[in-house]
Amino acid sequence: MKTLVWVEHEGGVVKDATLSAITAAAKLGEVHLLVAGEGVDGVAAAAAQIAGVGKVHVADDAVYGHALAENIAPLVVELMGHHDAFIAPATSNGKNIAPRVAALLDVMQISDILSVEGEDTFTRPIYAGNAIATVKSKDAKKVITVRGTAFEKAAREGGSGTVEAVASTGDKGLSSFVGAEIAKLERPELTSAKIIVSGGRALKDGPTFEEVIYPLADKLGAAVGASRAAVDAGYVPNDYQVGQTGKIVAPEVYVAVGISGAIQHLAGMKDSKTIIAINKDEDAPIFQVADIGVVGDLFKIVPELTDKL
Amino acid sequence: MKILVPVKRVIDYNAKPRVKADGTGVDLANVKMSMNPFDEIAVEEAIRLKEKGVATEVIAVSIGVAKAQETLRTSLAMGADRAILIQTDEEVEPLALAKLLAKVQEEEGAGLIILGKQAIDDDSNQTGQMLAALLNLPQGTFASKVEVEGDSVSVTREVDGGLETVKLSTPAIITTDLRLNEPRYASLPNIMKAKSKPLAQKTPADYGVDIGARLETLKVVEPPKRTAGVKVADVDELVAKLKAMGVAA
Repeated sequence: MKTLVWVEHEGGVVKDATLSAITAAAKLGEVHLLVAGEGVDGVAAAAAQIAGVGKVHVADDAVYGHALAENIAPLVVELMGHHDAFIAPATSNGKNIAPRVAALLDVMQISDILSVEGEDTFTRPIYAGNAIATVKSKDAKKVITVRGTAFEKAAREGGSGTVEAVASTGDKGLSSFVGAEIAKLERPELTSAKIIVSGGRALKDGPTFEEVIYPLADKLGAAVGASRAAVDAGYVPNDYQVGQTGKIVAPEVYVAVGISGAIQHLAGMKDSKTIIAINKDEDAPIFQVADIGVVGDLFKIVPELTDKL
Repeated sequence: MKILVPVKRVIDYNAKPRVKADGTGVDLANVKMSMNPFDEIAVEEAIRLKEKGVATEVIAVSIGVAKAQETLRTSLAMGADRAILIQTDEEVEPLALAKLLAKVQEEEGAGLIILGKQAIDDDSNQTGQMLAALLNLPQGTFASKVEVEGDSVSVTREVDGGLETVKLSTPAIITTDLRLNEPRYASLPNIMKAKSKPLAQKTPADYGVDIGARLETLKVVEPPKRTAGVKVADVDELVAKLKAMGVAA
């Protein structure tokens, strides 16, 4: 099988989730990449170095500059004439683009796969991760999105792919990019962090959240996350949200502070290697998944912990 | 301008899904069912656009079992004007849903189609994008803000790391994210009024769409369970454990 992987890149660098998607693609056979964007020669050259990559198709055009699905999907469809599967990372851009490609190809997409069981069989989470389905696709071509935390990242070095330019399919004139407000990251990114410190509603308000959670995160070199309850209460922006409706994470260590452990939150973090929970309610569901639990007042425990680390 | 809002009847947000012992799926017998939460946000957004005078009519559509009528009545009680039920006992995949909705749109000619970004049962996150592809329309997915400006619509999207704004020509497809709005509760008088609002009954065959499944579910299992670990008595013990793990120096 020949698989085309859509490469998500930012600032000239291939994003981590794409490396996981490449690992999933390699399980199906030959891996080709699509690098689309404006001024992407450097990205294409870097992508060709990724271990296991065959050919890198490069579409260099301003119309692909902001990953607008309306413009990228027709380009992918062109290339799918000679590929058997299309794979995108299950990131917000990947989730935006892949179903548009699938419908144009008249293929039913397999979303957010956790494993490759065979060339047409995959596992994926349903019901917020409360069940895992094994599904078999009857479509001749496959369209798949890949959950980044479920696959190892392919090595950035060691490959010797060839780079080939492809013609632009042009601007479809349906949509345009106006602007973005991307939060400046002073800390590691949630989805690729090794350690995450997350806060819940018990943190009271935005300033308290900052005062209690940030020093601990900084001491550990950790990313900061939050439960949906903390986001809904306005303590932190939505892009901090860990859970079924937010980001799915699987760090080495996840520290849940004042988070009770609602189903939807657990769905986003229960694949973390070690879970540490700090909560005053000893019956909180978070303790059923935590490897290490501390029952007590977070306003005493967290500063003391920060101090003693 | 008309707004079309597809809604899905799913397991209630607060219900705990249980995997059937024979591994064929999730047991929905005697489980509370409700409107998909993201679809409620879609209905709310459509109604607000009507209240602002941007939209003239809000049409709710559901594809599913006869009981999906209840979900449509909820939409009508919230403020939708009329409803269409495309009734089938089959499980309909996003691709087939999108094909049916494309046919409905051909009849209705809505200016906006607002959908939930994903249903909380199959978690596919596909139908809106697929519908946009089939109709060759623009898509504003994971919306946290929608502003209609003449014959275009500005959509602020929740993306990894922050927000992004795109401008789409209309007609356009929008899928909702959590922060777009807070859906209203239907008042009792509105629930009563909803009972007499028009609800058209159709079948997939009426639209000539093949809803045959493309994916075969081989089995459904519970995810690997985590076992509860240890509770430590104090911070010193926690620090010792973190040091043993190599997390702290």
